[in-house]
Amino acid sequence: MKIAIASGKGGTGKTTVSTNLASLLAESEDVVLTDLDVEEPNSGLFISGDKIHEEDKFKMIPKWKKDECILCGNCQKVCNFNAVMKLGKMIMVFPELCHGCYACSELCPTKSLPMIPKKMGELQHFKSGNLDFIESKLIIGEEQAVPLIKQTLDYVDENFPERIIKIFDAPPGTSCPVIEATKDADLILLVTEPTPFGLHDLILAIDTMRELKKDMGVIINRFGIGDTNVEKYCEENNIQIIAKIPNMRKIAEIYSDGNLLYPKISEVKVQLENIISFISEYQQENAL
Amino acid sequence: MKEIVIISGKGGTGKTSITASFAYLGGKEVIVADCDVDAADMHLLMQPDRRESEDFYSGVLAEINQEKCIKCGKCAEVCRWDAIPVIDNKYVVQSLDCEGCGYCALVCPTDAISMNEQNVGNWHISNIKTGTKMVHAKLGVGADNSGKLVAKVKNEAKALAEKEGKEILIVDGSPGIGCPVVSSLSGASYVVLVTEPSVSGIHDLKRVYELVKKFGIRAGCIINKADININKSNEIHSFVKKENINLICEIPYDEDFTKAMTQGKTIVEFDNGKIKQILDESWEKIKKI
Ligand code: SF4
Ligand code: SF4
Repeated sequence: MKIAIASGKGGTGKTTVSTNLASLLAESEDVVLTDLDVEEPNSGLFISGDKIHEEDKFKMIPKWKKDECILCGNCQKVCNFNAVMKLGKMIMVFPELCHGCYACSELCPTKSLPMIPKKMGELQHFKSGNLDFIESKLIIGEEQAVPLIKQTLDYVDENFPERIIKIFDAPPGTSCPVIEATKDADLILLVTEPTPFGLHDLILAIDTMRELKKDMGVIINRFGIGDTNVEKYCEENNIQIIAKIPNMRKIAEIYSDGNLLYPKISEVKVQLENIISFISEYQQENAL
Repeated sequence: MKEIVIISGKGGTGKTSITASFAYLGGKEVIVADCDVDAADMHLLMQPDRRESEDFYSGVLAEINQEKCIKCGKCAEVCRWDAIPVIDNKYVVQSLDCEGCGYCALVCPTDAISMNEQNVGNWHISNIKTGTKMVHAKLGVGADNSGKLVAKVKNEAKALAEKEGKEILIVDGSPGIGCPVVSSLSGASYVVLVTEPSVSGIHDLKRVYELVKKFGIRAGCIINKADININKSNEIHSFVKKENINLICEIPYDEDFTKAMTQGKTIVEFDNGKIKQILDESWEKIKKI
């Protein structure tokens, strides 16, 4: 079963929920936690384990071989992303802009633009007890997160059987990286704050997940601060609130040191248990 | 004209609340741009009237005209994103998977594939409560190309600042290190990095600063919730010192930020004490840079 932890806005506690939930679940069963926020992966700061595997991740980009190039300029014409250009007697490739569609390469009449791998990030795999933790990190300067997210998801699919619970810490927002990170998930848990910013971004996230026809539940973090509009909204729109993690300065302090919350704060553990029962009910209902 | 971009790498550091405070303090002297188009929240504090609004088109998606399609399958063969599966005996483009490269349209023997521009959101120029204008946008649900929308918002804001003879442009930047933040940063005169003293705050500060360095932009740092973890605050101190980043200010943990927000106010309108003083002084510093 695949569960994506997402949020419209960053900093609402997505990573807190993912890491604490995965760790608590792993006390009694096998769990895979994957950090798909490849631009700013943070889950690893809260999880310790032995590194059992690491690999570089590549995207494919064209490389110009000038010998047989007849400078027809077809490559420039076919590229929709302005990633290859004919400049005087040269063909220039702009790797950051390239989406790796192969059009320029395969349509080149003289095969002068073979595709070569370019490193875009790193994947690491850690293990600690029942918990497998996978994290990918995008190289700084690399602008596209989606290819790395996709390859990370492939790694998880290849290495773990379907029935295991897989938790994905999704990137924030509602644009392309989030879609990539959530489109294969069975269930989406949206983490929000009971504030005007939280509500505004939650609505965007809910709309996005509706578009993807996803089942979802809401987790309110820092419950007690702000106002009650998030609860009202969820009620009116028939979206279940499955947990309310209290607002406590102590939580911010424990989090700031990179520690898990539930071993120290029982109120958090109770809320995580609510999430876990929601998940098992969902699993039973949907025979996952 | 000076372009001040406020970013944070990590979300939830109070970046938007702080940016809105500077916008408030800048009053009529500044133009405001909300480049966090993915989670555009500035408007909740600035009360824009959305006077002018325009659709934003960017990027293309493939569409197959079933009447012309002879089911040769060439398009599906070349598509690197497996975006053209056969459904009910028809080749159909899955718009969520389509990358918009157009390779399929190039190889289609019957010209059955058209590449159509996508409406990815809209952008506005609004009058806001501080007596100036703000450029902001709303990204369509699940839309691609937020980087391009960010660039659009920025360029419009710049043009507006020039037209109205404003000296300063305040930009609420995007999170992460990918294309939207790259678009937010390009052309900036000064970057304000908002962070918090936590393992993740520091981690993301370092990553986003590496990007700032690539652009060669001067930077200052604001530590929000500074008293949550003194050790981590000290770690940030040594980092900014080593990197020659000016430490603009430290703001204590204060739930008034949230209280102000629930009333649609910036913290400097809400609080008359210490936080206001800190932000007042910070704005004076930033303005002079
Ligand atoms: S592979 Fe595609 S995106 Fe990359 S340069 Fe060639 S045509 Fe452009
Ligand atoms: S435009 Fe590119 S990504 Fe989209 S369907 Fe065609 S080949 Fe696939």
